[in-house]
Amino acid sequence: MGSPMKIRAAVKDGITEVKILMGHAMETGLRKDAAGALVPAWFITEVTAKHQGKVVLEAQFGTAVSKDPYLVFRFKGGAKGEKVSVSWLDNKGDTRSDEVEITEKV
Amino acid sequence: MYTRIILTLALAIPCLAIAGDDKSAEEIAKYREMVSDGNPAELDEMRGEELWKTAAGTKKASLEKCDLGKGAGVVKGVYAELPRYFADTKRVQDLESRLLTCMTTLQGIPEADITSKPFSTNNYKSDIEGLVAYVVGQSKGMKMAVSLKHPKEKEAYEIGKRIFFYRAGPYDFSCATCHSENGRRIRLQDLPNLTTNIGAQRAYTTWPAYRVSQGLFRSFQWRINDCFRQQRFPEPVFGSELTVALTLFLAANANDAVYDGPAIKR
Repeated sequence: MGSPMKIRAAVKDGITEVKILMGHAMETGLRKDAAGALVPAWFITEVTAKHQGKVVLEAQFGTAVSKDPYLVFRFKGGAKGEKVSVSWLDNKGDTRSDEVEITEKV
Repeated sequence: MYTRIILTLALAIPCLAIAGDDKSAEEIAKYREMVSDGNPAELDEMRGEELWKTAAGTKKASLEKCDLGKGAGVVKGVYAELPRYFADTKRVQDLESRLLTCMTTLQGIPEADITSKPFSTNNYKSDIEGLVAYVVGQSKGMKMAVSLKHPKEKEAYEIGKRIFFYRAGPYDFSCATCHSENGRRIRLQDLPNLTTNIGAQRAYTTWPAYRVSQGLFRSFQWRINDCFRQQRFPEPVFGSELTVALTLFLAANANDAVYDGPAIKR
């Protein structure tokens, strides 16, 4: 159970913009700690975003993605009050899902 | 020989000032704008809100009865008026020292548990820093209005000012060494002139902040700690009178500016 994501989804002129901030250490497995021991790799491998249950984005993440990844994407469609859910899976098998309602973009 | 040194210095200082005005500052500003969207400090704000509302400590209480200056439980806008004098503790407190009071008295958490590890590291998330993120975020967009009416607040301002100009340590440094002239910089970072309103406003309203280079959210107590470390001063006591006084001095100098934290910094 990872830490909560911050998701914002806003629609304007039939296009929904989704902004996702994920809280994750994203360790590459190459970094050493203060004692000189390698910090084990720990990173998000898959991100899936759904609009009303339908997949609108699938992404494969790797070690090149920064800590606390920030992802923005747009998809056609979406209306105020509909739901966007995002989930990720990391290399330790941990997952996290969060959901928001689409708002109208000002 | 002496004249030559003085001459070189006199020449060097205007050069530095000119270098500070070049494109790099503009580029850094551009970079700041690009990273300001999706500031990971928002994750700390969320964590802090959760901590604020969750019962903890031996008294199994949340912080929802904590008085940060605008009444018990009020969070909105409090940071724009801190540090301030609190009648119950009979001293001037900044956000962190006030949170410390609430956590020890309302929740019954031993003070040493909090002050021994007040700052986050890569493997440790400090609760008090999460709370700071949440509280300061609730003052975003509000005008800084730090009071200097109470005699203790006035006194703290004067103490803060003295610390700011106090030269000590192996380098004979003071805060003012770096922060009392316009156009100074360290490497490519422009240093704010904290003796002017505009300088103090720009700096103070963007702290606490998420530090990209450290991958961590940093509180104002941390900021002061790190300034002291860079001056090779002894490490200040967390939430001590000295750190609060210095914070109040800077906060009051930033009055009337719109608070814009938690920000994101390189």
